Amino acid sequence: MELNLDQAYSEARRELETAAGDPQKIQALQVHYLGRKGVLTQFLRSIAGLPPEQRPAAGQKANAIKQQLSADFDAAIEALEGDGLATQDRIDVSLPGRTEATGALHPISRISAEICAIFSKMGFDIVEGPEVEKDYYNFEALNIPKNHPARDMQDTFFVSPDVVLRTHTSPLQVRTMERQAPPVRVIAPGKVFRCDSDQTHTPMFHQVEGLLVDENVSFGDLKGTLTAFVHQMFDEQTRLRFRPSFFPFTEPSAEVDILCVICRGRGCRVCKHTGWLEILGSGMVHPAVFENVGYDTGRYTGFAFGMGVERVAMLKYGIDDLRKFFENDLRFLSQF
Amino acid sequence: MKVSLSWLKAYTPVKRSAEELAEALTLVGLAVDAVVDRYRFLDTVLVGRILAVDAHPAADRLTVCQVDTGRGIIPVVCGAPNAAPDLLAPVALPGTSLPNGTVIEAGLIRGQRSEGMLCSAAELTLGADAAGIMVLKGDLPIGAALNTALVLSDPVLELDLTPNRADCLSMIGVAREAAAIQGTRLTLPRRASVSGAHDDIRRLTSVTIEAPDHCPRYVARVLEGVVVGPSPFWLQDRLLSVGLRPINNIVDVTNLVMLECGQPLHAFDLDCLAENRIVVRTAGQGEKFVTLDQKERELDSEMLMICDGTKPVAIAGVMGGLNSEIRPDTRRVLIESACFEPLSVRKTSKKLGLGTDASRRFERGVDPAGTVQAADRAAALMAEVSGGQVVGGVIDAHPRPWTPKVIELSVERTHQVLGIRVPKRKIARMLSAIGFQADSAPRKNELRITVPSFRVDVSRPEDLIEEVARLSGFDSIPTTFPRLPAGERPPAARLELRQRIKTILTGFGFTEVITYSFIHGLSCDRLMLPADDPRRRTVAVLNPLAEDQSVMRSSLVPGLLETLRFNLAQQTRRLKLFEIGKVFLQRPGADLPEEPEMIAGLWSGSRDPLSWHAKDVPCDFYDLKGAVEGLLGALNLPAIEVSQVPDAQCFYTRPGYSGRIRAASREIGLIGELHPRVRAAVDLKQTAFLFEIEIGAIEELLSETRYRMRTVKFPAVARDITLIVDRSLEARAVINEVAAMNLDLLESVQLFDVFSGGPIPSDKRSLSYRLTYRSPEKTLEDNEVNALHQLVTERLLGVFQAELPGR
Repeated sequence: MELNLDQAYSEARRELETAAGDPQKIQALQVHYLGRKGVLTQFLRSIAGLPPEQRPAAGQKANAIKQQLSADFDAAIEALEGDGLATQDRIDVSLPGRTEATGALHPISRISAEICAIFSKMGFDIVEGPEVEKDYYNFEALNIPKNHPARDMQDTFFVSPDVVLRTHTSPLQVRTMERQAPPVRVIAPGKVFRCDSDQTHTPMFHQVEGLLVDENVSFGDLKGTLTAFVHQMFDEQTRLRFRPSFFPFTEPSAEVDILCVICRGRGCRVCKHTGWLEILGSGMVHPAVFENVGYDTGRYTGFAFGMGVERVAMLKYGIDDLRKFFENDLRFLSQF
Repeated sequence: MKVSLSWLKAYTPVKRSAEELAEALTLVGLAVDAVVDRYRFLDTVLVGRILAVDAHPAADRLTVCQVDTGRGIIPVVCGAPNAAPDLLAPVALPGTSLPNGTVIEAGLIRGQRSEGMLCSAAELTLGADAAGIMVLKGDLPIGAALNTALVLSDPVLELDLTPNRADCLSMIGVAREAAAIQGTRLTLPRRASVSGAHDDIRRLTSVTIEAPDHCPRYVARVLEGVVVGPSPFWLQDRLLSVGLRPINNIVDVTNLVMLECGQPLHAFDLDCLAENRIVVRTAGQGEKFVTLDQKERELDSEMLMICDGTKPVAIAGVMGGLNSEIRPDTRRVLIESACFEPLSVRKTSKKLGLGTDASRRFERGVDPAGTVQAADRAAALMAEVSGGQVVGGVIDAHPRPWTPKVIELSVERTHQVLGIRVPKRKIARMLSAIGFQADSAPRKNELRITVPSFRVDVSRPEDLIEEVARLSGFDSIPTTFPRLPAGERPPAARLELRQRIKTILTGFGFTEVITYSFIHGLSCDRLMLPADDPRRRTVAVLNPLAEDQSVMRSSLVPGLLETLRFNLAQQTRRLKLFEIGKVFLQRPGADLPEEPEMIAGLWSGSRDPLSWHAKDVPCDFYDLKGAVEGLLGALNLPAIEVSQVPDAQCFYTRPGYSGRIRAASREIGLIGELHPRVRAAVDLKQTAFLFEIEIGAIEELLSETRYRMRTVKFPAVARDITLIVDRSLEARAVINEVAAMNLDLLESVQLFDVFSGGPIPSDKRSLSYRLTYRSPEKTLEDNEVNALHQLVTERLLGVFQAELPGR
């Protein structure tokens, strides 16, 4: 009898292995060995016919093998059905989840924060100032006296003869220097206003201004700082071109062009086929500005720069129409 | 400023292509915006052969020509007397835009089809002949573009000059820069020798300057016996090359000399000047004057005028008068070459809204030492082209003589500012190339620089350092980095708060908008704000571009409503928006307005985005309130309370649906549904819920304290209570009442159900709260909790005359 039992077990194992993965065969085998009329059940029944002294050992052995075999079948079935739950209980996992989609940050606010973050890492502090500004801070202290032709460079909204909507963030240069002694290293993001509205101008837009004043600051430092900025904002491959220009509050003054990020200099509509894009105005702080805030022009030099946030955003995101920024069409905004 | 290469080459050879020159000029600070070939329009003017010339059936002077354009035979109606079969002539195809402004179109001319135009040399700016069509040499290929066939090319550089470079508003100025870049020679026009007998001019005229502050110098020369007529072609061609239309030989010379050397000139008919003399004085207040463009201008007492013995004859530096202009019968000409004070010209030009080539140059400053030379040059040219004689002598009224500026330039300082070491000799050489005189200075490492008269923009060492930088090339300056001393930096608290608010609100599904800081002048009316509302203290813009941008906003609400309106029109119907920005409130007695920063939000349309989870229900007050609570909670502000706004104080929010937001017993903002009448006034198709909070108030309430309550390991026991109370009782009152009992073992009170209807009387509702009890020291016994809960229940029943359900 014993021999039969071991044999039966190893046979069952062998058959189970060949049936692996086939639920029907496994089930049939299960019935064959463990079913009500199965091989093991019948054997267990037959124990009753053994002499009493043999019964316990035979029963133990048979039960152990039955248990083992049951476990083997369970394992085989589990391998088949995962946790063995009924297969018809399913959900449609393709249905969308229950959530409120997150809102979007305005692209201008994103880019402005990105610009600030880059300069922050370079050790610039962030300052802010009034949007309705005194003529003195917006113009005069920046070496742009009343009736100077340079005022034509910026069409100005007036609130009173001596108060304007700031036309640039440069008043923050003066306000900062009035407040603190060198060294100064600040950037000033904010809204600015110009009396101009067409396809390429909106009456309100955003700038970020920068100012660094210390002993022995040179034009080379200006180039280095702005090059580092452009490389972080765009990429390391973005070439820069510094081109002499004129701003009343800096001297020497430079426009900074970057190699067109769209066409890489080959010439396209965005760069008006010049291969270059103007993105920054900059220069060494004019001594007249230092004189206006009482800085020692012999001891200190510094540089300042300013850039249009919309311009950077248009280049970064490939936006072709400036006016989109202030229409606030949700279909536009929700992409950022 | 336009500079044609053909003209520029008169002063210095150009060794490179126009594009290369443009690039080089740009890199020394004369930005070239575009290079356009002057003869580009000839691309569509072809060499044509006239095959047949037939009389025009409806016009005696016209003919109908059949012209072979090489691409086909087209009919052209022509008025030229010399049109004849077999002639080769230029034919402009439809779409061609001629220098005189004519745009060629195909169409009917007196009933006859015409598909092009046979052109004269004058029409093509290729010669003076305007009498007939231009006859081309017989060996030109039919159908070739005329610029190719005749090898015509004249690139014109369009310079976008910065306001400091007045000297480059002239061909010579640009040529000087080009010569310095290329290392070529600058050749100036030969100095005209037109002196003659010295004082002849004084017998004919005189110049009196009554306003020397406005006019430091006035030079006059006179010509007699001129014959006014068209200029010779070479002179016309010069002007045409930079886009100026020739007028007559006298005026053309004044323009030529102005473009050449930057000195604006004016030519008067001497016989139109009363008493034949010039008086420079300011105008009478309210005086009327007709300028050359035949417009009447009203003058004021600050405007400088050129007058004769009795009346004004020109607005100084801006425009001449109709009463003294050069006419066909003019015989005697007075040439004016003057220096006017830039500020004076600028003010006048601004006030009159009249900007001219002359005023642009005077505003920026003309060469104070160049006036006589310009007058001489003009006189000599006029004599040449008009057959007149120059009267001997010059009148040079010079009440404020010019003295040259001398600047000491330190080589060391130059190095320090630029970060590049330029040797003294090289600095001297570079500056000399553009007209500066560089001498050695007493101190070793310095140069003594004399500024040329035409460089009115240079007055201090930094100006010279800039010249050194741009002539060296910015590219030659090495890239370095500023030193970065470590130090304590103030935190940008407001910026960080703003960033946190943005992060939280976008997390709640709100999208940030940025609207204009100016709003419609009627916005406060539309918001139905009462006369004494602080938001009525708006700041008006004096020169707005549009009525809807005429005052600075005193609230973010109008901008949000406008954004809602715009998006509804785009069929976006569910909007959750916010904006952070400043508002502007007039401060009596102060120069500048207050600029508090606000955060405002708007929710309109459905509560949930369209989905399979939830029914499409419109959002309500509590949706937005939840967002506000979530925002302020996330910022760790003390719990807010929202209290009903009295109906009389609901201006743009709906009465009964408006709440004041309070935190730490301070009012910080407003939340509510848009008032139906405001909704109608701003023309919105659906309602919206709004909040507006001052960020400064949030900032003051910010607290870093986060760890207030110890976590206790003993279990809590929860007991619920449902009260049937008056409908008007605010749910928060119950919580406040419980809190006021100061029970040590009561951990929290939470509202979890609000119910009305069913068995509850219509003026009542039921409120259910869960009270959680816990002791930090032990597990509470049932009877302890029961006793406490009983106490609370009785208190609430008594205070609010409440009932328990089921009684």
